[in-house]
Amino acid sequence: MLIEFFFALRGAGLPVSLGEFLLLLQGLHARIAFLSATDFYHLARTALIKDERHYDAYDRVFARYFSGAQEAFAKFMAQVPPEWLQRAAGRKLSAEERAQIQALGGWEELLRTLRERLAEQAEAHSGGNKWIGTGGTSPFGAYGYNPEGVRIGQAQRGSGRAVKVWDQRDFSDLDDSRELDTRNFKMALRRLRRFAREGAAEELDLEGTISATARNAGLLDLRMQPERHNAVKLLLLLDVGGSMDAHVSLCEQLFSAARSEFRHLQHYYFHNFTYEQLWRSNARRQEQRLPTLELLRSYSRDYRVIFVGDASMSPYEIIQPGGSVEHWNEESGATWLSRFVRAVPRLVWLNPEPQSRWHYTDSVQMTRDLVGGRMFPLTVGGIAAAMDSLRRTGDQPLALAPLSDSMSASTALE
Amino acid sequence: MNELRFSGSDRYVATDELMVAVNAAITLSRPLLIKGEPGTGKTQLAEEIARALGLPLFEWHIKSTTKAQQGLYEYDAVSRLRDSQLGDARVADIGNYIVKGRVWEAFACEQRPVLLIDEIDKADIEFPNDLLRELDRMEFYVQETRELVKALHRPIILITSNNEKELPDAFLRRCFFHHIRFPDAATMQQIVEVHFPGLKKALLAEALQAFFRVRETPGLKKKPSTSELLDWIKLLVADDLGPEALRATDGRGLPPLHGALLKNEQDVHLVEQLLFLSRRAR
Repeated sequence: MLIEFFFALRGAGLPVSLGEFLLLLQGLHARIAFLSATDFYHLARTALIKDERHYDAYDRVFARYFSGAQEAFAKFMAQVPPEWLQRAAGRKLSAEERAQIQALGGWEELLRTLRERLAEQAEAHSGGNKWIGTGGTSPFGAYGYNPEGVRIGQAQRGSGRAVKVWDQRDFSDLDDSRELDTRNFKMALRRLRRFAREGAAEELDLEGTISATARNAGLLDLRMQPERHNAVKLLLLLDVGGSMDAHVSLCEQLFSAARSEFRHLQHYYFHNFTYEQLWRSNARRQEQRLPTLELLRSYSRDYRVIFVGDASMSPYEIIQPGGSVEHWNEESGATWLSRFVRAVPRLVWLNPEPQSRWHYTDSVQMTRDLVGGRMFPLTVGGIAAAMDSLRRTGDQPLALAPLSDSMSASTALE
Repeated sequence: MNELRFSGSDRYVATDELMVAVNAAITLSRPLLIKGEPGTGKTQLAEEIARALGLPLFEWHIKSTTKAQQGLYEYDAVSRLRDSQLGDARVADIGNYIVKGRVWEAFACEQRPVLLIDEIDKADIEFPNDLLRELDRMEFYVQETRELVKALHRPIILITSNNEKELPDAFLRRCFFHHIRFPDAATMQQIVEVHFPGLKKALLAEALQAFFRVRETPGLKKKPSTSELLDWIKLLVADDLGPEALRATDGRGLPPLHGALLKNEQDVHLVEQLLFLSRRAR
């Protein structure tokens, strides 16, 4: 039966290997844990899970598998958007959500209603997960106000239900689908770091000198070596459109993390989507504009490009020439983005909107298709995946349908 | 089957889950990787296991410049060169210039030892990969003397990490893993009692309350941890403060001697502001 448990863990995306599983069986055989479910839970976690970020997922699989309570699992899976687990939740709402909250009578009102509903639910005693899971109908469902998530579920616990260790989900803050601080961003960005030795010989290679001298029977033979430095060049393109206001602090964190992690880092801003111009400083965007074509020419192919934007806008802004909200663009945003994709083989798009909401917005889907599927959420896990993608992609651009008008368009502009 | 079993000690309070992890590592002779907030007793654990089980302890503290090779052995070419120029007879045997590292010492130990590899995440990214075979098979090859060093007894290996670098998968697969959680109030009480036996109940309760209040302040840069609590209580005891003094707090609402708990200025300001707000609300 444990084999099914093993596959359940793998099915939940946990990187569990056969060796580790055999180790667990060995441990059971050696009777490190027996006759106690809690001990088994701990032993299996020690043997199979190698990162505290995965503890939360492990708890969920364990709960589903060993209690067999399908209902309980459905509740856990009721998509608690991770930002609701943060205390500073209020500052991270998108404009649209803020409007909806206002419509319901403001934040205080909303929380008060929620508390009342929860009280009702405790009295009724019938699995509260039902109406929390219904999605669109209740505002709480839609917002993912899972009582486990915001910890207003105390009343439920008091109603005599035993909460097991794995049911407590104590490790949900460590789950890597959550946004974390700069330091974690740095860790994720660090994946891209590639050291190279280039340039003139600069430092004394002590090891080399010793071995060369020893081989030389004691005649001193000095060896020099070039200094090691981070050879990755990064171009960061940030959306500063109105809908991005809600994500400012997140983007700031990413920016400061990237700044300290990469020596060759350039950044430019755009509004909603890429058109023929970008700017360097947001305060002086009227004076300091750079034609996108010049940017594409001046940054060599070894630059990696990261777009940061929520890609949430009217589809016209992408596909329609003249669709931009703030100026008349001769060519559509899609044309410009495809030019990027063709000019820079290593490119990703980071989207601060939670991934679960992407498919509600057409423009996100369109942008995602334009960048060849390389859109990742702006979370630690997402950045890590994006960095892996940047690292893997070779110098060849992705095979995309040729855009016949691109050459004529660029010559026309020149 | 080995009968060694760790169940905490008079100086170290181990939770059940930690004991399961440690015993799994001891019984199956696999390295145990320990992570957790700074100050939750990761390094002490190795010392306490060695002490409780009466085993010798070898500590290998990792720095950013540490190479995996240094834990095994180093070839002191410079001494050999100097000796050769002085015409020393020892020079003929290269074995005289092989300096044993901590891992070799642990492998050569007559008794089953405890080997602590402390803060493995400080080293270069490739460091763990260079130790795969050594940790798995517990043997390594000395190129210079063409000698295979095998562990006499598989040591109990504890590895600590502060999560500054991600460790490679191949390495993780060979280890058991345990994340030391921050202790809850009850465990914390046990821990403090172990360190300060005979501490007045009232003072302890008051101190723990103040501690958890500070710790739960949202947005702290560095949350105070167990070791900071113990330091703080040491100061309270040294100053002979009573429980009333803790309740009184200073003019700004901070607990006395808060310097032991909050280690940076922004955190002190943050707690101050929140306490001020909560007092006004009352």
